[in-house]
Amino acid sequence: MTSKRKAVALISGGLDSMLAAKLMLDQGIHVEGINFYTGFCVEGHTHAIRRKDRDKAKRNNALWVAEKLGIKLHIIDVIEEYKDIVINPKHGYGANLNPCLDCKGFMVKKAYQWLQENNFDFIITGEVVGQRPMSQRRNTMPVVARESGANALLLRPLCAHLLPMTHPEEQGWVERDKLLNLSGRSRKPQIAMAKQYNLDDYAQPAGGCCFLTNEHYASKLKDLWASRGERNYELDDIMLLKVGRHLRPRPHFKLIIGREEGENRYLEGYRRQYTHLKPISHIGPLALIDGTPDDDDLLLAARLVARYSQGRDADQVRVEISEGSHQPHTLDVKPLADQDIPQEWHV
Amino acid sequence: MTHFTLDARRLLCPLPVIRTQNKIKTLQTGDVLEVICTDPGANHDIPAWCRIHGHKIIDTVVEEDEIRITISVDKR
Ligand code: SF4
Repeated sequence: MTSKRKAVALISGGLDSMLAAKLMLDQGIHVEGINFYTGFCVEGHTHAIRRKDRDKAKRNNALWVAEKLGIKLHIIDVIEEYKDIVINPKHGYGANLNPCLDCKGFMVKKAYQWLQENNFDFIITGEVVGQRPMSQRRNTMPVVARESGANALLLRPLCAHLLPMTHPEEQGWVERDKLLNLSGRSRKPQIAMAKQYNLDDYAQPAGGCCFLTNEHYASKLKDLWASRGERNYELDDIMLLKVGRHLRPRPHFKLIIGREEGENRYLEGYRRQYTHLKPISHIGPLALIDGTPDDDDLLLAARLVARYSQGRDADQVRVEISEGSHQPHTLDVKPLADQDIPQEWHV
Repeated sequence: MTHFTLDARRLLCPLPVIRTQNKIKTLQTGDVLEVICTDPGANHDIPAWCRIHGHKIIDTVVEEDEIRITISVDKR
C-alpha cells in the first residue's frame, strides 16, 4: 500500500489557487496551503483601516480558502527576503512596480524549501497560461519552474494539459486526465467550477494580488526611493504608503495626512517614531512627517495640515507639533489656500 | 501545561497570526497561549487559523484598545 501523496499549494486567497487545491483533494492527495506575507499583500484588513470599510472584509482570504477546503494553511513572513525581489528584479517590472516573474519564482522556491523541510512530494499553484501578462505566459512558466529549483515537481493543475508532463503525473500520483487545459484571461470556466463546487463568496481582487500593481501605490514608492536617494524600504514605510494623503512640499520631507478617523487612529500608532502635527483649535487630521524638516518647513507643514482641518477657512488655526522626545509646541498659522498647494505636491 | 503570553500589539494582520503560528510551533499539546493584540482583524484571523489547525480558543476578551485571545494548544 502506498501512503497518500502530499502537495503543498500556494494559496493566495483568490479563486484559482483554491480550485487548483480542490482538484488535488478530489484526487485523494493530502494538501496543505502556504501563503506568503510580503508586506505588499492586498487583503481585507489593510482596507479595513478606513472606518467605512471596517465592517466588511474582516477576513483573511487565504485563511478563508483553507477553512473552506478543510486544509491547513501556513502563513510565512517573507518581508525581509522579499525586499531584494522588489528592489532588484532580474526580470524587471510589469505595468507598475510589480516584479511578477521574479516574485512567482521566489514564492515557488520558498514553497520548494518548505516541501523539503516537511517531506511533501510536490507543489501546486493556481496559475493559468496566458492569464497574466508577465508571469503566466506559456514561455515564462518554465522560467518559474527552473529558477525556483522545483522543476518537474511544480504542477499547475488548471493548465497542466498545455504544459510538459510533470513528475507527479509521470509517477501516476495524480491522473493527468483529470487536470485541465485552461488558458487566457477569461474567468468563465473558473466561475463555473466555483459554482459547481459550491464555493461561492470567494475574493475577487481587482488588478492583482499586491499593491505593487497599483499605479498610485507604485508612484508613492518611487517617490520614497527618489527622496532617499536609494531604493530601499522598511516595513513601516510600505505600510504607511497604504494610508493617508501623501504630500511632498519639499524634496527632503513629506506629510502623511489622515483622511478620516480610521486612518488617524492608524497613524497614531506611529507617533513615537515620527514628528507629527495635529490641529488643536479645530477638529483636524493627524499628520506624520517623514524626512528632515527645518523650522520653516514645519511652519509650512502646519499651514498645510490646517488646510485639511475644519478651520480651513479660519484666519488662524493652532497646530500642535511634537518632535521626538521634546515637549510639544504650538504654532498659530493661517491655513494654506487651495491655490497655494501645487498639484505636484500630491505624491 | 504551561501558560505563555505573546505580545502582538501594534502588529497588523496577518502578522499577529504569523507570530501565533510560530509560537505554537514551539509549544506542546495542553499548553495555553494568550495572545495580546490591537488589530481588530486578529480577532477574526487567529480563531480561523486555530480552527484550521485544531487548536481551541478558550477565552476572548475585547477591551477598548486591546484584544486578548487565549488558545489551548492541540497538536494531536
Ligand atoms: S501581483 Fe504582486 S504578489 Fe502577485 S505575482 Fe505580481 S508581484 Fe507577486
